[in-house]
Amino acid sequence: MNAAQQVKFYQVGSLAAGNRLLAPELRSDQSDPDRSNALTCGHRACQGCGEALGARYVLDAAQRASGGNVIAVNATGCLEVFSTPYPETSWQLPWLHSLFGNAPAVASGVAAALRAKGRTDVRVVGQGGDGGTVDIGLGCLSGMFERNDDVLYVCYDNEAYMNTGVQRSGATPPTARTATTQAVGDAPGAPFGQGKSLPLIAMAHEIPYVATATVAGLRDLEAKVHRAMGMRGARYLHVLVPCPLGWGTPSHDTVRIARLAEQSGLFPVFEALDGEVTAVTKIRRRVPVEEYLRPQKRYAHLFTPEVRTDVIARLQRAADRNIARFELAEEVLP
Amino acid sequence: MKEKPFAITLDVGSSLANRTGAWRTERPEYVHRLPPCNGACPAGENIQQWLFHAESGDYESAWRELMRDNPLPAVMGRICYHPCEAACNRVQVDDAVGINAVECFLGDEAIRHGWTLEAPQATSGKRVLVIGSGPAGLSAAYHLRLLGHEVTIREAQDRPGGMMRYGIPRYRLPREVLEAEIDRVLALGIALELGARVDDVLAAQRDGGFDAVFLAVGAGIGRRAYIPAGDSARILDAVTLLGGMEGEGPPLLGRKVAVYGGGNTAMDAARTARRLGATDAVVVYRRTRDRMPAHDEEVTEALEEGVRMKWLSTIKHADGGRITIERMELDETGFPQPTGEFEELDADTVVLALGQDSDLSLVEDVPDLAVDHGTVQVADGLMTGHPGVFAGGDMVPAERTATVAVGHGKKAARHIDAYLRGTSYRPGPKHDPAAFDRLNTWYYADAPASVRPRLELARRVSTFDEVVQGLDESTALFEARRCMSCGNCFECDNCYGVCPDNAITKLGPGKGFAIDLDYCKGCGLCVAECPSGAMDMIPEE
Ligand SMILES: Cc1cc2nc3c(=O)[nH]c(=O)nc-3n(C[C@H](O)[C@H](O)[C@H](O)COP(=O)(O)OP(=O)(O)OC[C@H]3O[C@@H](n4cnc5c(N)ncnc54)[C@H](O)[C@@H]3O)c2cc1C
Ligand SMILES: Cc1ncc(C[n+]2csc(CCOP(=O)(O)OP(=O)(O)O)c2C)c(N)n1
Ligand code: SF4
Ligand code: SF4
Ligand code: SF4
Ligand SMILES: [Mg+2]
Repeated sequence: MNAAQQVKFYQVGSLAAGNRLLAPELRSDQSDPDRSNALTCGHRACQGCGEALGARYVLDAAQRASGGNVIAVNATGCLEVFSTPYPETSWQLPWLHSLFGNAPAVASGVAAALRAKGRTDVRVVGQGGDGGTVDIGLGCLSGMFERNDDVLYVCYDNEAYMNTGVQRSGATPPTARTATTQAVGDAPGAPFGQGKSLPLIAMAHEIPYVATATVAGLRDLEAKVHRAMGMRGARYLHVLVPCPLGWGTPSHDTVRIARLAEQSGLFPVFEALDGEVTAVTKIRRRVPVEEYLRPQKRYAHLFTPEVRTDVIARLQRAADRNIARFELAEEVLP
Repeated sequence: MKEKPFAITLDVGSSLANRTGAWRTERPEYVHRLPPCNGACPAGENIQQWLFHAESGDYESAWRELMRDNPLPAVMGRICYHPCEAACNRVQVDDAVGINAVECFLGDEAIRHGWTLEAPQATSGKRVLVIGSGPAGLSAAYHLRLLGHEVTIREAQDRPGGMMRYGIPRYRLPREVLEAEIDRVLALGIALELGARVDDVLAAQRDGGFDAVFLAVGAGIGRRAYIPAGDSARILDAVTLLGGMEGEGPPLLGRKVAVYGGGNTAMDAARTARRLGATDAVVVYRRTRDRMPAHDEEVTEALEEGVRMKWLSTIKHADGGRITIERMELDETGFPQPTGEFEELDADTVVLALGQDSDLSLVEDVPDLAVDHGTVQVADGLMTGHPGVFAGGDMVPAERTATVAVGHGKKAARHIDAYLRGTSYRPGPKHDPAAFDRLNTWYYADAPASVRPRLELARRVSTFDEVVQGLDESTALFEARRCMSCGNCFECDNCYGVCPDNAITKLGPGKGFAIDLDYCKGCGLCVAECPSGAMDMIPEE
């Protein structure tokens, strides 16, 4: 439970960004009129981009947690492309970009350089999309983990290679339509039984800190960034960031869709220390997976021309498994 | 060209040069909507706004906001039937916000701390006569006085308050509370003449040199129904019984009392009878419980206190300590029809609670003033057909509650004020409703409603102590904070936080937010994630 939740405040609880009745230090970093806006206006992300939102949430919190001393290392992907078309940059912090697949290695290098210079006050955040992280960058990332390099690596998971036109990645969920998993044939969309969970892979490295979050849970996300920044060594944060373009959702629905991913159980939100799950965010208003799937055009083939109850049931089983495995259901008092 | 660091060949620029606002086809805007509670309050209180102050523990500001519309919060917090709560959007989440309980708390705080209002000088030079000191008359006098007029109230009884004193029993409205709030109204410099029945309104206006009159004589005559009765039958009406409670000795009723009627007055009469020592108090009503005009809460409280109910029954005859009742049956239209089956019941007294009529003798000779079905006809601005003579409360066609009466008093005051200034009063345009489907309730923490404590049952049937008690400070605060601020910004910062383009600027406490249209792409996230529905998307031209 974070401090904000202990305050007996029932008007908005601690779920909204701010709260005029809370002491300013108990409000979210995002509600601060003087927040750092690490990613500033004028970037070319789509309307309602979850990745742009998530990156600002994370980096503003990281800067707050480290007195503004953060260097960011970015993999290739939307986040890099929409923020830095020459000669403009949206970044208001030191920021490096090298390649699609090597961001974790570059971040390790920056951390090593800082160590050599004795600058332990300056912290390193590596970041990339799901393609850059779970696929092409995985070797570098695994190395960064096993060496326990002093980097917080953040994956902004929009569940496909969005920048190059929505191709399937290792984080694309089963049945989702992408450019490379078309909605055709008996089993349309991405296949069942493929793909991987990078949070679980990270946990297998037994690094100090692994956590998941979404752009629908600002308070939770910020608390996790602060916790991670309070530690040293390799840390990993996996943030679900809906993509209106790739998912086929209205731009105003980005946060709602992320919330439904959480509330359906399809995206478990948890925290793990040294490879053990230590906390989960309970589901507050549970919904069937259908409520999450239906508004997204990438799942349209599950509903037209006929409703694929068999496929939806299979996805529901996956959600139920998450709920059982991570104990996401609210305890029912006897 | 500027000197560049080693290995840097290009100048950097900021993306602020890229005005992404040009992408927009719709823009967000901040709006105010009418919360359903406000819309349903007969006194027109700005409930959402006074709860906003109460939420921060600033009870005095909350009370002052409430007092802009209603001069009797401690009374209302006890006897109002709170249609606001029935309309409250929170009903669709868990339970209504306990608006009435918080109102009561604020009213009591004001009495405890002695908060008062400054009256302006009576500068208008106009004088208004208010006839009747019930809630309608008191409210009109209060608002007229605050608008700068000189006001005199004439009251036939020897104490002010109307039905709040001579109808509503003390166990629902302690008289200290009533006195305190009436005294505060009068302290604004309103003249009250007691025992001053007005028999001819135009004569009174002329003789006293009044520029306008507000009639608020209520409906104080208990309706009698013809019941064949023997000589020894004791029959009285509920208004006489309840009014008698304010006199020297309480009325003598006997051990067994039958109350005839199914409204709130019947409940009050039966519950009063229990407290006066009746071992058996029976309400005889010709329809069923769900068709009773009495509010469910009052019926429940009466039943808890041992009042018995005879539904589907009419009284056919009364004599010598016994009554004959006939069983009724509802026909398809829900109308009760006699069945020819009879039953006898012991009853030392029969109390008639069959409604009240107004004594309108004082307006008999007023030209152009129309009376229809025993009520005075008024136009939208509550003026009767006779210029300068206004009327409100129970004597005009409307729902007969104290809160409606207070609302009439306020409305009439505004129109009288305009009349006296030779203008006409036009209320500002109403905001569109803050419907439930505009809210994003995810952000409101789960918080079940608080319950007002009740006096223990033994003391309820033996004393006239107050039954429904107030909330303590922390519970009142909790209850206020359950409000979702429907349709009005409460500074949760969600819009500011959730914009992927940093296009919203926070202007500081109480100052709201600004949208930077140079960068707003019109995604609509701020609007979708606004908990209270205080934003709209509107198409760009
Ligand atoms: C038993 C009972 C219980 C009730 N309970 C509730 C309740 O819980 N909640 C609620 O909202 N409402 C309740 N009501 C209804 C509420 O009391 C009335 O709707 C309200 O009091 C009407 O206000 P009024 O100012 O129009 O008239 P009244 O309150 O009736 O006041 C009229 C005043 O005018 C005076 N008057 C009359 N004729 C003259 C004259 N010729 N000259 C000078 N003075 C005159 C009368 O003496 C009286 O004081 C109840 C009513 C009764 C009878
Ligand atoms: C080695 C290499 N292969 C391919 C590319 C082309 N490329 C650029 S961004 C990108 C996809 C990025 O996807 P992801 O990491 O998920 O980030 P997103 O754009 O979805 O945020 C690809 C394939 C590249 N830049 N480098
Ligand atoms: S939640 Fe608050 S503003 Fe909304 S209807 Fe209820 S009391 Fe009124
Ligand atoms: S969230 Fe930002 S970009 Fe989107 S509509 Fe609101 S102000 Fe405009
Ligand atoms: S999101 Fe919050 S701060 Fe913004 S308008 Fe709505 S209530 Fe006000
Ligand atoms: Mg991606």
